[in-house]
This record gives sequence, C-alpha cells and structure tokens, in this order.
Amino acid sequence: MRYRLPSLRGSEITPECIYRQRRDFLKATALALPALATGCRGSTGADAPAMPDTEAPRGRKLDVVRHAPDPAAGPLTAWHDATRYNNFYEFGTGKGDPAVRSGRFRPEPWSVEIAGHAAKTGRIALEDLLAPHALEERVYRMRCVEGWSMVIPWVGVPLGDVLRRFEPTSQARYVAFTSVARPDEMPALADGVLDWPYREGLRIDEALHPLALLAVGLYGRALPNQNGAPLRLVVPWKYGFKGIKSIVRIEFTERQPVTSWNRAAPDEYGFYANVNPAVDHPRWSQRSERRIAGDGQGLFGNRIATLPFNGYAEQVASLYAGMDLARSF
Amino acid sequence: MRPIRRPLFRDRVALSKPLVFALCLLPLAWLVHDVVAATLGPDPVAAIEHRTGDWALRFLLLTLTLTPLRRLTGRPWLLRYRRLFGLFAFAYATMHLTAYIAIDLGAYWVGLPAEIAKRPYLAAGFAAWVLLVPLAATSTRAAMRRLGRHWQRLHRLAYVASLLGALHYVWLVKSGEKLAARVPLIYLIIWGVLMALRLRWPGPRPHAAATE
Repeated sequence: MRYRLPSLRGSEITPECIYRQRRDFLKATALALPALATGCRGSTGADAPAMPDTEAPRGRKLDVVRHAPDPAAGPLTAWHDATRYNNFYEFGTGKGDPAVRSGRFRPEPWSVEIAGHAAKTGRIALEDLLAPHALEERVYRMRCVEGWSMVIPWVGVPLGDVLRRFEPTSQARYVAFTSVARPDEMPALADGVLDWPYREGLRIDEALHPLALLAVGLYGRALPNQNGAPLRLVVPWKYGFKGIKSIVRIEFTERQPVTSWNRAAPDEYGFYANVNPAVDHPRWSQRSERRIAGDGQGLFGNRIATLPFNGYAEQVASLYAGMDLARSF
Repeated sequence: MRPIRRPLFRDRVALSKPLVFALCLLPLAWLVHDVVAATLGPDPVAAIEHRTGDWALRFLLLTLTLTPLRRLTGRPWLLRYRRLFGLFAFAYATMHLTAYIAIDLGAYWVGLPAEIAKRPYLAAGFAAWVLLVPLAATSTRAAMRRLGRHWQRLHRLAYVASLLGALHYVWLVKSGEKLAARVPLIYLIIWGVLMALRLRWPGPRPHAAATE
C-alpha cells in the first residue's frame, strides 16, 4: 500500500540531473586541486568510472510540487553519503549499520496514531495523513550533536500544517513523537543502547514553526529505510537527534515529554537541543563542525564554523526570547 | 666448524624483525590505500583519526603484554620485540595527533590549547602522546646504557600513557553509557588485566634488560 499523490509532468518532477550535474561539477573541481587535498582523487582521471559520490538517488520518485532551493545552505551532500552515514541506533551504532542492516524493515503499510489534547485523535493511514498536502522540497543544513554536518534536500510537508488538522486544544503545549520499535526488523533493538522506542518532542510553537518539516523523502525520492522511512521529523535549527525517524505516534501533551537522549544523559543532551556554538557539549566543543562531502570528499578544509540555530536564527530565535539558552540547552 | 663470516642475523628473533616491522606497517598501508581509493566512507577525516588512534592504543597495549607474557611462558626472547612495538605505538599516536590538528582542525587549530585545557578527553589524549615522546627518544641502546636503572623507571610511563589513551577513547564516545562505550571499555579492561599481571609478578627480573 502506497500513498499516492497526483502525478505531474516529467518536467515538474525533481530534476535528478541537477544533482548529478552538481556532482560532476564538484568532481571536476576536485580533480583540478592537488591530489592530496582531494584524497588523491586526481589519480583516477577525469573520465573515471562512476565513483560512489556520483551515485544517482534511488528509490521511488516523489511528486514534489514546490522547490525551495537554498544556495546559502552550501553544496548538497552526496546522496551516497547521506544514505550511508546515519545514526539510527535501532539498526546499530555504527554509521554504516543503518544502510546495511535495515533491509528487512517494512515501511509500508504505515499508519500513525494521533493522541492527546486534540479534537481529532485516532489512527490514520500515512496516505491519508499526507493526502491534503503538497510535497515540498526543502534544502536544509543538518548538524549532528557529534560535530559533523550535511546539507540535504528533504521532501515533506510542513509539520504545523499537518498538526493543525487534528485541532490541538489549548492544553496542547507540547508534541511528543514516538518511533516504531520492531525487534524482528530492527536488529539492534536487543542491544539496549537506549530505552526503546525512541522518543522525541517539541514545544507546540516549535512544532508549528514553518521550518519544521515532516519528511517523507530526500533528493526527490522516498526515504530509504536508513533515513527514517516512511515518515520522519526534520527540525533544521536543532541537533540531528531531534529528527525522530519512522514515526508511529504523535501525542499532544500538556507537560514536556520525555525524550530518549535527554533521559539517557540529561547533562549532555537537553530537551531543546538547539544548535548553539556558544554552548558546548560537556565533553566536546560545538563551535565548529566537519561538513560531510559536497566537495568531492577531500580531506582538507571540511571544518566550518557552527552557526547559532544552525544558521536559522533569523527565523527561529524569537521562539526563545527571554530564555537562558545555556540552561535550557 | 666456526662460521667464517658474521651472519646477517644473529638469530631467529633478529631474522623475524624485518618481517614483524613490515606487518606493523600494514595498518598504515591499508589506510593509505583507502585514502587513495577514497574508500574511507562519508567522513574520511574521522576514519583516519579512528584508525590511527585505534592502532596507537593496540600497539601500546601489545607492548605492555610482552613482559607478563614472558613471565607466563618463560620465553625471554619476547621482550626483544618490545621496542619495535613501542615505537610503532608512538608512530601511530603521532599520526593520530597530526591528522587531528593538520587535517581535521586545519585553520581551527588556534583554539586548540584552550580546548585541551578544557576537555578531559583531549587533555588525556594529548598527555598520553607527550608521555610517549621521552620513551621514544630513550629507546636506543645507548640511551638505555646511559640511563642505567633509571631507564626502567622512566619507561614505566608507558603504563600511564596507555591508561590515558584508553580514557581518551572512553570519554569521547557519544552517550557515555551501555553499548556505545563497549569497545573503548574493552581497551580499559585489557589495561587493567595487564597491570594486575604486573602486581602478581612484580619487579625487575634478571633478563629484563634483554631488550633490543
């Protein structure tokens, strides 16, 4: 069972060639640099066979209605990297584990339980959840709390637009999200790294902010299992762990919900988890980050400054007016 | 009949050394291959750091394994590999530190001293490397002779350096709990076992200086 949206003319479909052209351009640029600075890519020659980072996006094409390119976000991370370097501990703690060990995961059929302080609650099929909305492409920076970052063209719908349909009541001050936990399909659940299922949450005004995205795809394709198929959260001004994957439950709550990493290590991972170069992780600095690919996988010059709210301060800083962000980290 | 010429290798241990040396270079060769072939994955800089760090710690613990192993097995020739492994530990640790500063931090290295002072995991890792410097510098036969009995005391710094190296690893994992910390904790446990074996069979032995 798949959620269907009206099909569009080929010309309106996410121009996959754009990604490829960009990759080719970057590859050409990389080849022009000294071999050492580009991980010795130069030795492969200009007409070398397809290299991993030029791999075309795969999976079911999505009918994306609106595109919002954001050149300021930086060059896109290669599809290959964005789908093979993932933190999805249900499939293993290694960055490559989710891509390798998520083959048995079944993202369809899929439904989401809506609960808590809202007029309309109950279970809703994914296709019905998405049906009234047009899929948008959003190019966002993604900053992991570990100190690396990517630039990803997500496909999804504004979270607020979806949430408002369920008519949250005045008691709905927070939104709690829950991931699926299927021991048969998620081999690392038994390892007990965290208390499963994975849980995340947002304050209601954060959840209704237009930048918050409920994503179903990336690079114009349906989300691969390792990226959180079939439905995940993307909150670009927060650390990556807030982007809960494979969502099965959304609950409107009055009190701040329990979130997995906050529960596991409250002094290290806050509820807000806003990207903030001025507030270090207790054990490492958050002042800078290593940007992954987008530059032909060179070894040098990947480190860039981390920006307040991951570069989205202009849009979201007002949400936190008057708050001490060093305490509410 | 006595041999007329001095043999190229004194004995089998001496004969094996070039081979062991080559084996110790394999992790580096493997790393260089992966850099050239661009098969280090999406975050090649992190991969270089992790691999060189892992091998530094492995060689350090391997070096510390030889003394208890000699006492357990009664094979004194084991100690003759100690300097080789120790110097490779230093070499991989130096590559690890260099990769961090020159490749990973790049222009951001200027803030490093303050960072080291502030971050226990950086301080531990850096201190471990600093402690290895005098050990590498005094690894020659001449230095052993010159330092005499002080040499052994100085080289007990390897115990501290390896502990700091293991702590450096333990402290940098993300969650600091359960499974994510399992691998670094294994290094720490091995260190503990190696130290316990020294308490069980303490003190210098007559052949302790049979190092080469």
